[in-house]
Amino acid sequence: MADNAERVSKLYKKRSSLGMAWRQLRRNKGAIIGMILLIFIIAGALLAPIVYDYNTDVIGMNVRDRMQWPSAEHICGTDDLGRDIFARIVYGARYSLAVGLVAVLIALVIGTVLGAAAGYIGGAFENVVMRICDIFSSIPSVLMAIAVVSSLGKSTINLMIAVGIASTAPFVRVARAAVLVVKDEEYIEAARAIGQPDWKIVAVHIIPNCLSQIIVQATLRVGSAIISAAQLSFLGLGVPAPAPEWGSMLSAGRLFIRDYSYMTLFPGIAIMITVLSLNLLGDGLRDALDPKLKR
Amino acid sequence: MHRYIIKRLLMLIPVLLGVAFIIFAIMSVAEGDPVYQVAGPDATEEQLEALREEMGLNGSLIERYFRYIGNLLKGDLGVSYVTKLDVMQLYLQRLPNTLRLASIAMLVAVALSVPLGIVAAVNQNSWKDTLAMILALLGLSMPNFWLGLLLMLLFSLKLGWLPSGGAEGFTSVILPAVTVGVGLAALLTRTTRSSMLDVLRQDYLRTARAKGVSERKVVYVHALRNALIPIITIFGVQFSNVLGGSVLAETVFAWPGVGRLVVDAIDQRDIPTVTGALIMTTMLVTIVNLLVDIIYAYVDPRIKAQYTK
Repeated sequence: MADNAERVSKLYKKRSSLGMAWRQLRRNKGAIIGMILLIFIIAGALLAPIVYDYNTDVIGMNVRDRMQWPSAEHICGTDDLGRDIFARIVYGARYSLAVGLVAVLIALVIGTVLGAAAGYIGGAFENVVMRICDIFSSIPSVLMAIAVVSSLGKSTINLMIAVGIASTAPFVRVARAAVLVVKDEEYIEAARAIGQPDWKIVAVHIIPNCLSQIIVQATLRVGSAIISAAQLSFLGLGVPAPAPEWGSMLSAGRLFIRDYSYMTLFPGIAIMITVLSLNLLGDGLRDALDPKLKR
Repeated sequence: MHRYIIKRLLMLIPVLLGVAFIIFAIMSVAEGDPVYQVAGPDATEEQLEALREEMGLNGSLIERYFRYIGNLLKGDLGVSYVTKLDVMQLYLQRLPNTLRLASIAMLVAVALSVPLGIVAAVNQNSWKDTLAMILALLGLSMPNFWLGLLLMLLFSLKLGWLPSGGAEGFTSVILPAVTVGVGLAALLTRTTRSSMLDVLRQDYLRTARAKGVSERKVVYVHALRNALIPIITIFGVQFSNVLGGSVLAETVFAWPGVGRLVVDAIDQRDIPTVTGALIMTTMLVTIVNLLVDIIYAYVDPRIKAQYTK
């Protein structure tokens, strides 16, 4: 008997939704490519300080080597101050990933709490939250982020806050919709019947059930947050120089685009590959976690 | 139907006031208290207060907000700190350029995405489908200002076919419009494909084929008409992103639109111009979204039926 129970539980484990999602994901070529690319990018970002010295390789000037086209020594060439562009790109991954992740984390926490509360409480509160959400979505996110940065001042932290605020509304929507779906399920009613407080019902029973949608949304949003951050830096409102942020590298390269096009080429490729890997993974996760959306 | 429109129009008022308030509040934080700079270090408290009143900076945030809205209703957005020109005039000078860019960008997006999406859906899981989806994914992953730089490099600096900046002549709009349009096209290609796939499975198409309607007509007339509805929705929602994206394209191509106005004004800390331009732009987006919703309700008989009951 005990043997049988064990087998059943093993079988159940195999079929657990997380396991199923993982098996789905493994079969998706795009998602695997995205994941591998992302692992490389993250590894590069983590190892960058070991390989390169920030003060000499990344921001140190070396005027004698300036404006060198890509060669064996500098595979992406050097910029107007003689800095190795490849070193700056690898180091820049730290900024882009950090800004993307923190911004989305800000949006995710605020958005999920507000959205879940709106869906669960309902009534006037829900109405107010959703109207505020409408207001925020009708402000173009680039302009919103520009306004926030110009009021808080230029810094990496403020860039994260600005991009985070500008990406909050979608999380509110997703969380609210997800809560509305599960809110009237029997197990929620049961939890209420045994006297669990509302906050606990939301935190323990409802949010874990909408987690898959929130994860998908978050993965896709990190990519757009990275683009938003690069846009702001390109406009001179992001990470201040001389930090090797991809957007500000593009903004610098733009001045020399006619004769030294490689300065504009490589940072853009870095942004594209990073965002592409996140999009591939996000699409794969969506297909794996939400079979309804699969085509 | 009329009740629906009236209800939506009434709901527009609090949304517009809210949009204006959020931007106004953020920008007042940005502004701080500029009277110290203007008056110099020796000014007395009375002089500072008088100057605040003159510049419309006295009173609480709420008071100033309502004064601002009152003036806005009269068409007055204040005066630029830098050029001393009327902000409303500055904005209206730039707006046609941005609208021209945005509308051509949207045309570019449709021209690229609808055919691509249809081809992908009709040949589902073939190499054509895969190729279209890869292109869409690349379009979504590419920062549009970088694409703009690459287009400029190729078509104006290397080949010399198109101007690299400014807004003179028709050709100058092509590069910025493609820059803004490609991102939208990527999204629309995906929408068109999935919407077409939905429609292509419907029974009425089987009926049409059984009646002997040519495959071409089935796809382009019967299916496409119904598939267009979700595409139109995305289109309306994306108008705000097109205006946002045009900020970057305007910077890359020195296009004299609203986006450049905002970015330049931020560089010069010209707060009245930034506030005014942002408020006007978001109001424009909100109103366009409402119009799309209303048109949508007219076009789609199913939605119309919901409200005429």
